[in-house]
Amino acid sequence: MTTITSIAPAASTGKTNSKTGRAPRRQRLLRWLFVAPALTYMGLFFGYPLVNNILISFQHYTPKTYFTGEAPFNGLDNWRAVFANDLFGDALWHTLLFTVGSLLGQFTIGLALAVFFSRRFRLSGMVRAVLLLPWLVPMVVSAVVWRRILDQEHGMLNTVLHAIGLAPADGVPWLSSPSVALLSAVLVNIWVGIPFNMVILYGGLQEIPRDVYEAASLDGSGPWRTFRSITLPMLRPVITVVLVLGFMSTVKILDLILALTSGGPADSTQTLGTVTYQLSFLQLDFGQGAVVGNVLILISALFAVLYLRANRADFGKGK
Amino acid sequence: MKQPTNLPAAVPANRPTRSVRLRSAWNTTAALLILAVLLFPVYWMLNTALQPDSSVAATEWFPTAPSLKNFDTAISTQGGSLLTSLGVALGAVVVCLALAAPAAYGLAQFGLRGGQTIVFTTLITQMVPGIVIANAMYSAYAELGLVNSYLGLILADASLGLPFSIVLLRAFMVSIPTEVVEAAMVDGANRFTAFIRIVLPMSRNSLITAGLFTFLFAWSDFIFALTLNTTDDVKPITLGIYQFVGAHVSDWGAVMATAVLSAVPAAVLLVVAQKYIAAGITGGSVK
Repeated sequence: MTTITSIAPAASTGKTNSKTGRAPRRQRLLRWLFVAPALTYMGLFFGYPLVNNILISFQHYTPKTYFTGEAPFNGLDNWRAVFANDLFGDALWHTLLFTVGSLLGQFTIGLALAVFFSRRFRLSGMVRAVLLLPWLVPMVVSAVVWRRILDQEHGMLNTVLHAIGLAPADGVPWLSSPSVALLSAVLVNIWVGIPFNMVILYGGLQEIPRDVYEAASLDGSGPWRTFRSITLPMLRPVITVVLVLGFMSTVKILDLILALTSGGPADSTQTLGTVTYQLSFLQLDFGQGAVVGNVLILISALFAVLYLRANRADFGKGK
Repeated sequence: MKQPTNLPAAVPANRPTRSVRLRSAWNTTAALLILAVLLFPVYWMLNTALQPDSSVAATEWFPTAPSLKNFDTAISTQGGSLLTSLGVALGAVVVCLALAAPAAYGLAQFGLRGGQTIVFTTLITQMVPGIVIANAMYSAYAELGLVNSYLGLILADASLGLPFSIVLLRAFMVSIPTEVVEAAMVDGANRFTAFIRIVLPMSRNSLITAGLFTFLFAWSDFIFALTLNTTDDVKPITLGIYQFVGAHVSDWGAVMATAVLSAVPAAVLLVVAQKYIAAGITGGSVK
């Protein structure tokens, strides 16, 4: 965060600023009018929830609160209750597995596809565009379709796996067995995330100057060596951004899991997101829901710092 | 992982020889194969939707006797939700662009004190989980009477696109020469009319991109639809299909027909506005 403040004054010495310095106060106020509505809105929809969520986490909410409006402060009671609940530890662990598994899968497949589509061949652009569809379709809808495909008895996946001898006659219980369900959720989320990874990494690959590759091939460097010594290092800034953005959108996923498994079977797919939802909106204990939400924010914030560091170079150049 | 046997530079750009053309054909075949595998769930959705009798039993591989019966069911039960989604998403686009465009212009061109910090804060807000916003907003919404209202959902959904739009539009507006606006102001326009008449038309493409993504974000929203509505008065299609699959899990044909209908905007926009979508994914996230 310190980097932001140190960049801001340096960057605002541009030519527009020298004009602002001379602008009369009334005009400066007018200029702020352009920004003020959006700032107010963001304060209400992002700032207020962040603050309120902290306050709520120290308050005692019950279904009755919605009739009486009373939510007395109760110190650390919510925090203690949440941390003492086994489900919280499980959800934290599932969130980690879900996020890391999804990222690994999305990234490796996305990168492989990006490299593949960097070759020149007919229909490349068209196919690349159509591959975006899974990312554009609402996640709930994807999850519902996958629920059908992964069905133990009548799902297409088990039918095929059984036909080629890879699954037992009664099929793999993709969504109905606690030991497999989280893996299934990861697989579906990998499918959802491939296009995003592919597009950004493809863009990054296009930025690498071609003569670097020519030099490498003159030096007799093989494809794998070139990939490791040139492509990966030169792609690093883009890779960081993809992974950090991927992390932050995956860690908070809720709709995919709710529509796929609702957190079950036997809580095996509960994550911090689903637990927040469950505590707040099903058990109507907004205080405890807020505690889990705060933990989720804390984790995101850690990665926000990473994201800012990855973007720092980019912002030094801007106006 | 696939071995990158052929890096971008490996194919000579000029003079396509026979072997190069052959390799291109192989690559096209491989690409179509990848497409078939990755888009299989989309095919399966369509396939199931077109088979009228695919109840609980296994689905046929091809819709040999296609029928639109499932779509009749889908429209009669979920048609209202589709309209709700359309209205809410369009409303969110209007709110979002109305807020984002002037803000982006101000941040790009006015050299405001603290402008950089605002841009950074905007980037960070994209990381606040939706469920946390819902958790904290619910009580405020309840007091303001915004629960179960179109306005409430539109305002919440606009927040999905606002940071993205500000960042994207600002990145474009930075490159607008100040002279263009100053010339208009010499001719007697004030800052605001110059913004409307000069800046907005010049930013058309980036406005389309920002609007398109806000639409898709709002159309896909599930968390706000689920949490900020306690009755069925305002039920977007994402919530509709979620409840539908819970209640009619035996009627997969109708569920899939609903899924197809709810995927239509994405598919149409992908075909019609492909370049804006590609620009949005890269521009909005990396910049």
